[in-house]
Amino acid sequence: MTDWIEIGRLDDIPQQGSRVVANAFGNIAVFRTGDDRVFALRDRCPHKGGPLSQGIVHGSRITCPLHNWVIDLESGSAQAPDEGHAACFPLKIEDGVLWLKPR
Amino acid sequence: MAKQKLVLIGNGMAGVRTLEELLKLAPAQYDITVFGAEPHPNYNRMLLSPVLAGEKKLEDIIINDDGWYAGHGITLHKGRKITRIDRRKRLVMTEDGMEAGYDRLLLATGSVPFILPLPGRDLEGVIGFRDIRDVDLMLQASAHYRHAVVIGGGLLGLEAANGLRKQGMEVTVVHVLDSLMERQLDKPAAALLKRALEENGLNFLMEAQTEALLGDTRVRAIRFKDGLEIPADLVVMAVGIRPNIELAKSAGLHCERGIVVNDTLQTYDPRIYAVGECVQHRGNLFGLVAPLFEQAKVCANHLAEYGIGRYQGSVTSTKLKVTGIDLFSAGDFQGGDGFEELAFQDPARGVYKKLVVRDNRVKGAVLYGDTVDGAWYFQLMREATDIGDFRDTVLFGRAHMADEGREGNSVMSMSDDAEICGCNGVCKKPIVDAISQKKLFTLDDVRAHTKASASCGSCTGLVEQILAATVGNFEPAPQEKPMCKCTEHSHDGVRKAIVEQRLQSLPAVFAALGWKTPDGCHSCRPALNYYLLCAWPESYQDDPQSRFINERVHANIQKDGTYSVVPRMWGGLTNPTELRAIADVADKFKIPTVKVTGGQRIDLLGVKKEDLPAVWADLNAAGMVSGHAYGKALRTVKTCVGSEWCRFGTQDSTGLGVQLEKMTWGSWTPHKFKMAVSGCPRNCAEATIKDFGVVCVDSGYEIHVGGNGGIKIRGTDLLCKVASEAEVLEYCGAFMQLYREEGRYLERTAPWIERVGLSYVKSRIVEDAEGRKALFSRFGASQSRAQADPWAELAQPAQRDQFLPLKQLG
Ligand code: SRM
Ligand SMILES: Cc1cc2nc3c(=O)[nH]c(=O)nc-3n(C[C@H](O)[C@H](O)[C@H](O)COP(=O)(O)OP(=O)(O)OC[C@H]3O[C@@H](n4cnc5c(N)ncnc54)[C@H](O)[C@@H]3O)c2cc1C
Ligand code: SF4
Ligand code: FES
Repeated sequence: MTDWIEIGRLDDIPQQGSRVVANAFGNIAVFRTGDDRVFALRDRCPHKGGPLSQGIVHGSRITCPLHNWVIDLESGSAQAPDEGHAACFPLKIEDGVLWLKPR
Repeated sequence: MAKQKLVLIGNGMAGVRTLEELLKLAPAQYDITVFGAEPHPNYNRMLLSPVLAGEKKLEDIIINDDGWYAGHGITLHKGRKITRIDRRKRLVMTEDGMEAGYDRLLLATGSVPFILPLPGRDLEGVIGFRDIRDVDLMLQASAHYRHAVVIGGGLLGLEAANGLRKQGMEVTVVHVLDSLMERQLDKPAAALLKRALEENGLNFLMEAQTEALLGDTRVRAIRFKDGLEIPADLVVMAVGIRPNIELAKSAGLHCERGIVVNDTLQTYDPRIYAVGECVQHRGNLFGLVAPLFEQAKVCANHLAEYGIGRYQGSVTSTKLKVTGIDLFSAGDFQGGDGFEELAFQDPARGVYKKLVVRDNRVKGAVLYGDTVDGAWYFQLMREATDIGDFRDTVLFGRAHMADEGREGNSVMSMSDDAEICGCNGVCKKPIVDAISQKKLFTLDDVRAHTKASASCGSCTGLVEQILAATVGNFEPAPQEKPMCKCTEHSHDGVRKAIVEQRLQSLPAVFAALGWKTPDGCHSCRPALNYYLLCAWPESYQDDPQSRFINERVHANIQKDGTYSVVPRMWGGLTNPTELRAIADVADKFKIPTVKVTGGQRIDLLGVKKEDLPAVWADLNAAGMVSGHAYGKALRTVKTCVGSEWCRFGTQDSTGLGVQLEKMTWGSWTPHKFKMAVSGCPRNCAEATIKDFGVVCVDSGYEIHVGGNGGIKIRGTDLLCKVASEAEVLEYCGAFMQLYREEGRYLERTAPWIERVGLSYVKSRIVEDAEGRKALFSRFGASQSRAQADPWAELAQPAQRDQFLPLKQLG
């Protein structure tokens, strides 16, 4: 269950962009920042469930497309004073290949 | 590397605000030590007046408690006064011999009340009004004595007098001039104020020259030059303040009336900065917090070594914090030669309003009795708005202007459960509570904590009023607001820089203008992307990642994450083939909802993201292109049936609408742009609430602009009348281009026209034929690149991947 799964290449995601990994338990959003760091979060905004993958990536944060909550990609936490959390998943790059550990 | 050491002298409003701004920018850069002569943590000095009046308690006015300092690793020495600065050794020393070294020193020693050099000034019971100690002394006096005299009929003196009266004392205010608050009020307003304060039980002695304070150990009476003597058990001197510069002077720093600083708040010693009432900047001294907070921002930026931003002085406004008295004053309220005065007086209601105007620009304002519009006048003043077009009604206030949908009433008369923000369902009470409990100072803070005015913004004026009424006039008043938290530059400033410095990309803008974040935020990036696109239509490479999702995928995101698709139907016309194609698409992709929109088009709602390219391909195949219903772009041109069928039609409104839409589709604009053409003045296409509306008449075409049917309804202004369809097209292109080049991002034409004035728009579009043609040709040039159907591009097989999941698991 908790093995690393190959999900694609870094180049499949635009810089400051995101793609989703579809999953029976709900989508996982995979983000790539302007400086090529990558993060994986449950694709559900802690506010009202907006699809975070469709937001705007800035720094290592994502702004939800529905009502502009800002979520920190490293911790999954909403920026104060908003409160909430999106689950994070382990993700790594090896030779440009992305590996994800879904739970 | 060891951290640098920053020492702050003066634990008051300006100094600590600078630390707060600094911590936001560079939380770990300095080891910070604070010395404060007062035995308290940082508190809101302005609220001493409500404390004295018994309306607030001391604990309510603490801004940062001890825990705040500890939490940020700041060493706080309360009750320790610095008496020496050794600039060579970079040390400061306290009265009781403690030392601390610094790499950077920040002076924020405030000011001291000026005490008149009268015989008896050292008697017990003679005090100023500056700090918690003074308030304690006044409260004690009010418990044991009867007669109070306040010397000075300015803002501070009147607030002291009001408080002492509320505490049950007999209060006399002594003023040397014949008119109160002469630095904020003209004579008529001062007279109204005096009458109201007399009704509250205050006594006044005007044009009175104090000669001596009498008494043995405690003051007992006060004598005037004309021989009059009145009893006084407490004398409060409120005759002015002097910058507290003794310490700076003794350290050999260059001082005149205050500590002299440059535009970066640096003193003559580059290691030493100074902010607040102790400084002198470009010859000016300060006595209100708004400019000090601006200084704090600039100073923090330089301490954090970002080196952006200069302090260039401030425009300020004032209010008197005496409950029940509404008074507002700003700018050059006296007027005089070369100025005009607009005045309104209703003595029965106790209302007086005066605007001082030059060249149709507001230069100053005095409001008494009805201050609801203070913030608006202040904004007109700051933005130097041309008021020529509404001069005749400006004194009746903003509520009188056509655009006022939901605002209007004085907010303080509203009940606690009155809904202020309709988008987020926020009532008045939670806003007031958040402001007082969480010590919020700015509109941004209130937005972040309560969400009020954080969405459509139509209630911003109301929230600003609540803020002002709850904490006093706090909102720092920069000439123009910064675009967002990533920068100090305003929208207009950034645009100018893009053109003048020929900046061609987002990274170039970030670098040239010193953005504080590496790649902006969701608020500035879309704006910058638009400004670049508008400035360099030929060469700029659009950045999809800087667009809101709707514009990135050319469809509207819905609350469940699906999308809606609106194909273009020129002028609202359709035909059986198009309708069949729409029906087929709806069947094929199981689209749950098909709806006729408010803009006369058909909306397909509930399309899955992965289906978007295929849906577009099918619609394209039937000859339809994107309707741009998702964009800050040309939306729809609504039409009525017009002369082709209608018995009243005067011109071919449908045909003209189609031409307009074909000419303008695909253009990006600062905000969405809507049009309509009606065939006669019955106006069935509602042209007079559109950004650009045409009403056909027998002799030609009326052109109407700046309408809005949305949040705040605003009827259009008539721009002009023209004779031919060709002219309508030219005026339309020119008008759109002017708005594209000069409107701020997310500013619809309605607020834009109110900001720049209809006369200005007329001068560019109607009166200047050459200029109009030039605008029209720039519009055409940009359109030649813009009219590519984004759906067709994204429906290409090579582009489709981005709409699919990266991987399918399980
Ligand atoms: C679909 C439609 C409602 C409908 O079913 O009829 C609609 C739907 C939305 N409107 Fe609208 N507006 C629609 C006609 C209107 C109209 C009427 C019109 O265009 O004649 C108005 C008032 C006229 C005006 O704009 O002056 C209107 C004033 C607004 C406003 C307020 C704009 C303002 O400046 O005050 C917003 C909010 C905004 O843009 O920030 C808005 C925003 C929206 C958004 C984009 C909200 C959002 O961000 O999700 C809705 C998108 C839903 C979707 O997925 O399609 N909608 N909206 C209409 C599409 C028209 C079209 O065919 O393109
Ligand atoms: C009663 C009252 C009402 C007011 N109402 C308003 C209002 O409605 N609107 C408005 O805009 N402004 C108002 N003001 C003015 C506003 O409070 C001041 O402009 C502001 O507090 C000045 O900030 P500052 O940091 O420069 O000085 P302060 O806040 O005075 O801070 C200076 C601090 O430095 C300390 N200090 C001085 N020397 C030393 C030293 N050598 N060592 C250690 N510490 C030292 C002082 O003890 C003091 O605590 C009001 C002021 C008063 C007194
Ligand atoms: S379609 Fe327009 S009016 Fe209706 S809910 Fe959405 S934004 Fe509000
Ligand atoms: S659902 Fe994300 S901000 Fe509301």
